[in-house]
Amino acid sequence: MPKDHGIGASQKRREDLRFLTGRGRYTDDINLPGQLYAAFVRSTVAHGRINAVDTATAAAMPGVVRVFTAADFAAVGGLPCGWQVTDRHGKPMLEPKHPVLAEGKVRHVGDPIALVVAETAEQARDAAEAVILDIAELPPVLDMKAAVAGGPLVHDELGSNLCYDWGFVEENREAVDAAIRSAHHVTTLELVNNRLVPNAMEPRCAVGDYNPATDETTLYTTSQNPHVIRLLMGAFVLGVPEHKLRVVAPDVGGGFGSKIYHYAEEAAVTFAARALRRPVKWTASRSESFITDAQGRDHVTKIELALDREGHFLAVRTETYANMGAYLSTFAPCIPTWLHGTLMAGNYRTPLIYVNVKAVFTNTVPVDAYRGAGRPEATFQLERVIDKAARELGMDPIELRRRNFITEFPYQTPVALVYDTGNYHATMDRLAEIADLAGFEKRRQESAAKGLLRGLGVNCYIEACGIAPSNLVGQLGARAGLYESATVRVNATGGVVVMTGSHSHGQGHETTFAQVIAEMIGIPESQVEIVHGDTANTPMGMGTYGSRSIAVGGSAMVRAASKIIAKAKKIAAHLLEASDSDIELKDGKFTVAGTDKSVDWGSVCLAAYVPHNYPLADLEPGLEETAFYDPANFTFPSGAYACEVEVDPETGKVTVARFAAADDFGNVINPMIVDGQVHGGIAQGIGQALLETCAYDENGQLVTGSYMDYAMPRADDVPFYAVDHSCATPCTHNPLGVKGCGEAGAIGSPPAVVNAVIDALQRAGHTHVTHIDMPLSPARVWAAMQH
Amino acid sequence: MTQVSMTVNGRAVSGEVEGRTLLVQFLREGLGLTGTHVGCDTSQCGACVVHVDGKAVKACAVFALDLQGAEVRTIEGMANADGSLSVIQQAFQDHHGLQCGFCTPGMVMSAAALLAENPKPSEAEVRKYLEGNLCRCTGYHNIVKAVLAASGQDVAAIAAE
Repeated sequence: MPKDHGIGASQKRREDLRFLTGRGRYTDDINLPGQLYAAFVRSTVAHGRINAVDTATAAAMPGVVRVFTAADFAAVGGLPCGWQVTDRHGKPMLEPKHPVLAEGKVRHVGDPIALVVAETAEQARDAAEAVILDIAELPPVLDMKAAVAGGPLVHDELGSNLCYDWGFVEENREAVDAAIRSAHHVTTLELVNNRLVPNAMEPRCAVGDYNPATDETTLYTTSQNPHVIRLLMGAFVLGVPEHKLRVVAPDVGGGFGSKIYHYAEEAAVTFAARALRRPVKWTASRSESFITDAQGRDHVTKIELALDREGHFLAVRTETYANMGAYLSTFAPCIPTWLHGTLMAGNYRTPLIYVNVKAVFTNTVPVDAYRGAGRPEATFQLERVIDKAARELGMDPIELRRRNFITEFPYQTPVALVYDTGNYHATMDRLAEIADLAGFEKRRQESAAKGLLRGLGVNCYIEACGIAPSNLVGQLGARAGLYESATVRVNATGGVVVMTGSHSHGQGHETTFAQVIAEMIGIPESQVEIVHGDTANTPMGMGTYGSRSIAVGGSAMVRAASKIIAKAKKIAAHLLEASDSDIELKDGKFTVAGTDKSVDWGSVCLAAYVPHNYPLADLEPGLEETAFYDPANFTFPSGAYACEVEVDPETGKVTVARFAAADDFGNVINPMIVDGQVHGGIAQGIGQALLETCAYDENGQLVTGSYMDYAMPRADDVPFYAVDHSCATPCTHNPLGVKGCGEAGAIGSPPAVVNAVIDALQRAGHTHVTHIDMPLSPARVWAAMQH
Repeated sequence: MTQVSMTVNGRAVSGEVEGRTLLVQFLREGLGLTGTHVGCDTSQCGACVVHVDGKAVKACAVFALDLQGAEVRTIEGMANADGSLSVIQQAFQDHHGLQCGFCTPGMVMSAAALLAENPKPSEAEVRKYLEGNLCRCTGYHNIVKAVLAASGQDVAAIAAE
């Protein structure tokens, strides 16, 4: 029987009522009295020297209150980068200044140059068009290899476009080279992991507000981590102390990574609100989102896999160029390094691994984490090269994977991680069932009868989530801790409010977190409220990304609730005249073990706040506890995915006919929500594999700058998915045994789709086609078949 | 500025608008009906779908002034008279057809328009009809299930095929 409440129940989401009736409160829904509107003047060229910015005409236009340029921000700091990578020679990465408004040069199309503030949004936009820019266009640098081979400099003062040249594990380099030289077989694959635009459906928005009477500043913003924004903007950019700065991220319409970072627009509207002493609002148009939201992926990689005669993996060597774009976004440097290089063992016993990553500045929009963040890039190259190796060796690709699976845990990889749990054979077995792999041949014949080429792609993935132990990431260059926090406040009549540092922007925390607390105490979920998204009423927390909310935020909440329960037992012991070690809590009732003496939850809560009969000498009144949880290790969700495609040999069009995902997420709080997370990730992965790419022309103009050009997956581009997470090996080092599920679908699905297309073409006799770069558009697939 | 009058969710409303004011701006800023969302500027995403005289319309693609006297229905007008969720809204909750909620108003309005035209659509018909509504969260799986369920069909059997 499935559970109907608490942990493990597919509870319907309480969030849905407001979203389904138009009563959500997103940032753009907020309008403050006296509010002004901001519009940015942005660079229309990829690279240029700013000779002059003439704001006189604009400033005189109707409704215009003020036009800000870089000169107004002279006393303000630049946007900080939150991670410093050290290169393979021990030198820190090159780190350019990232001004709020462009100073001296513009470095990508969309780089903000001026900020117009007016009484209405239309007046601000009209005046922004009247700002006259004198920009001497410079040749842009777009290709990464050209950028490091002496191309034009994005940042003149750095003297190079190479941000860092990272080697991992550097001490393994020669041993890896030797293993590859002497191996029985080496499979080599060169590939591109295509640049993507995250495209949360809610465009970014920011409303700055300042109260001169109290000297309090408030920013409402579309953020996944309001506390991080408060710290970065307050301490590094505007110099506003945290106790005078409040950041609110209300309902947020999706993030997928793109709303982690501190953006120039947030600082600019807050600065303007303080200067003008009126609220200032900016809402991105979608066209603006395309040229300002941090983009994802964009790796150019060569991977080599060395195998012995029996197909055992001996060594992996990779060389990757990773695009940083024009500036370092908040966490950009760690994505192609610590979130990518450490994943190159995958699910396999590969004794020797060396990963080289060259991070490169180009005249493009900054690149940072997008759903999966480094882990999809690692998984894609590894799972593609394994498929290619299987073909070269004449082995079944599933059998080759099984032959190399890690089977004993904990497992120390040669790339620093220690996997605590997993069962890769069982996950693959489960995949075979839910994907009906045995029925593939029959379905292939049915496709063939229709004149279509059917292919099957299977792959595994591992990810490192629950980011992350603070002392470890500090050694790796993080300029932040990565704990999470929660305050559990019990009211006098027994209702519970949890204030979490995690942030929900689609994940359903208000429902799932309440399920956990209700289960721990034994009260109905309706007695538990989850509060998030406002620095004024939540403890300092690091927010939501990297599939960390339940693993890290949930653990903090469990820890705080455990303190509550321990204290409540002492109160109950006093009321029952027993020892607190004899008190048991079950179904909302405290009982003296082995007796029928009991007191209910509500009475204990009331005693805590009306402490007439209470051990005041030993125990403070009240029932409120805060906990910070710093994880001991990452969590390691894993899975096996299968995709079946049909390729039209006449047009090259690929249709995803079936998709199955068997995941190991450890324990699951709400299976319905977990399924939904996987569905969404799979669609994004299919989008990357078949449809989406962020394309710049030779001048650095974004060609795919709207939904007319950037091909988002639509309802008729995808099938129903078969998803399953019954193969669960709980995490051993967090209290809920959870691993996280947010990114899995986007990590595991691109190689499955590409493997399936290659399989279809190979079966049709196109044996020369061993790889096609994403997205596998009809034109690319058709062209591959013509040789 | 020109005066525009229309009926929104059964209530007569009017306001001063510019010639370039879009219906979605009039609804959001003029009337405070912020349930209708703006997700793009090229009429592609469908977050702003409302009903005008019973037909699904992208509210970012029509001027408020062109709708003098029109009957407009938005997400705020979709619940039952007693405030409970309508069949379609309830199906979206029952089948987890929404995550961040941003595309949801447009999805519900499009789904309602579909079922008014075609009360028992096939899976393929649902997917085709919803082509004009982008969702980045759900992968469409549970949205399609929700619409089929709202039409009274056996979703489990269809999704298992």
